[in-house]
Amino acid sequence: MDIAIIVGLDVVNGIASLILISAGLAVIFGMMKIINLAHGEFLMLGAYATVLSVSAGANIWLAMLVIAPVFVGLVGVIVERCLIQFLYGRLVDTMLATWGLSLMIVGATTMIFGNTIAGVSSPLGSFTVGAYQSSLYTPFLAVMAILLMATVWAVMRYTRVGLIARAVMQNPEMAATLGVNPTRVYMATFGVGAAMSGLAGGLLAPIAGVVPTMGAAYIAKAFITVVGGGTSILWGLITASGLFGFINQIAAFLTTPVFGEVILFVAAVGLIRMLPTGIAGKFFKGRL
Amino acid sequence: MQSSGGMTVALIGSAVVAAGVVAAPHFVDLFQVMQLTVFAAMAVLALSLGFIWGYGGILCFGQTCFFGLGAYAYAVAAINFGDSTPAILIAILVPVAFAALLGYFMIYGGISDVYLGVITLTVSLILFNLVNSTAGDFYKIGDARLGGFNGMPGVPTFNMPGDASYILSPEEAWIATGLALIMVYLGLRLLIASSFGRIIIAIRENETRAALLGYDPRIYKLVTFMIGGAVAGFAGALYVNWGAFVSPTIFALGLSAQIIIWVIIGGRGTLIGPVIGCLLLQWMVTEIGAQQALDANFILGAILVVFVLLVPKGIAPTLRDLALTWINRSKSGTAKTGVKVKI
Repeated sequence: MDIAIIVGLDVVNGIASLILISAGLAVIFGMMKIINLAHGEFLMLGAYATVLSVSAGANIWLAMLVIAPVFVGLVGVIVERCLIQFLYGRLVDTMLATWGLSLMIVGATTMIFGNTIAGVSSPLGSFTVGAYQSSLYTPFLAVMAILLMATVWAVMRYTRVGLIARAVMQNPEMAATLGVNPTRVYMATFGVGAAMSGLAGGLLAPIAGVVPTMGAAYIAKAFITVVGGGTSILWGLITASGLFGFINQIAAFLTTPVFGEVILFVAAVGLIRMLPTGIAGKFFKGRL
Repeated sequence: MQSSGGMTVALIGSAVVAAGVVAAPHFVDLFQVMQLTVFAAMAVLALSLGFIWGYGGILCFGQTCFFGLGAYAYAVAAINFGDSTPAILIAILVPVAFAALLGYFMIYGGISDVYLGVITLTVSLILFNLVNSTAGDFYKIGDARLGGFNGMPGVPTFNMPGDASYILSPEEAWIATGLALIMVYLGLRLLIASSFGRIIIAIRENETRAALLGYDPRIYKLVTFMIGGAVAGFAGALYVNWGAFVSPTIFALGLSAQIIIWVIIGGRGTLIGPVIGCLLLQWMVTEIGAQQALDANFILGAILVVFVLLVPKGIAPTLRDLALTWINRSKSGTAKTGVKVKI
């Protein structure tokens, strides 16, 4: 019984972390149809911002939940202005440019901070289930994932900004004729997507090894989730995270974490064969 | 249209380079011979992506999968057989089989370029993790232990075909690798000049139109993808022969990015471009490694960004276009641009 609760917690944790690490990527992909290959580095920058502000004396919650997203969001806006805006309409070139950017960020971080940096410790304690012990940070991540999704849903559903975003997502030309400036929407999108990646990076900082190349450990799962979900910011992401998180954790429990990832990938490729535009392309067409 | 003159130039050029390859050990020292060997092995890898991306229009971000699979397949087979000739064959067959399987799901699934790039990239990331985790006695194939993070040391290098006791010296291995590069280059040139080559170029230019003319784009793309896998796997065998060692870093993201950069700066839609790009970049990375101030990743990333923004066609096509414009201008003062069909 206890083991079932622990595995259940693992599944919840898997789904929550998939949602968190993929959300920023999904927002950018859903709105702009491009895959940001520097996504892993945005996560890494969020983690670095957290670690550095904590070691500079900031409160860890402030560092994770405010400083990291704001900093990476600003980076995102700068990147969009200096690089992405010149490549609109050239999807493949955008991916290549963001890949170059990812190498540059890794290189620059290595040059400035070296290969390692002192981490931060997990701020919450632990709890026990029978003979097993688990960290309180796990349910906290799940709550953060739910809050993030709820915020995205509320903003998209009830605010004017959300209305404009949905309009541009569905039909950028039509939105432009109605007086919306898609360029500004794209700039804001990239900033918001980057900020969400920064938040995820900040939340990962206490439980991950913070090194310049840490992004590579997360992007495989994030890419699979977003590609499997399709160009929907909310429902595609949630269903794909739910499905893949479940498969991944159960497979990891039965075999090893690495084989869990392999099985996750095989499942995702099978899914793509049947639904080439992802889950959202089939079931949530034109929705959030 | 490809003139027969182009092929003649390629043949003459190849003969000259081949003579240079054979003569090189007499003029440079052993360290440089070893350096040239790894450059040539990597250039074969560059050709594989130059072919499938530049001619087949398949955006594969994970060409290292096939390179790494070829390298591991060679290492495992060479340790078990004690003879390199069948091992090279296996280093080609394993990646081809993998390319067939992966390509079937992607190409017959009808996914977009963006998805294809992301999925191939993800495969290489996952293979990296997978091979990294293969430490211990449990993971061995025949006599070959995969070794996990530490890789497989002491892999037998190339021997003379038919005589497993005659191991090639470093100079002979260089000549074999250099000539292999030239053979792969000429082989791909011939393939592109064949009717198969024309069809895949037609599909790259306009998939729907090619399909309406009666060619099934999926099977042609799949075969192109498999040929790319074969060439990359062969490059993997050449690479292991150079170092007698293979480790999971062969699947790492950094190498995937480098292959893309070679092809981008050399130029898509040519075969010589990726080779030039590869040699230039390899030489540059070696030079950067000798100093401490700048990180190699940073420079590579900056080069990629600059080329995508400013020279999207790459060096070789840009130079060719400049030369053609210049020739046209000197031939007749009025001709501004000739009609060019890329091949």
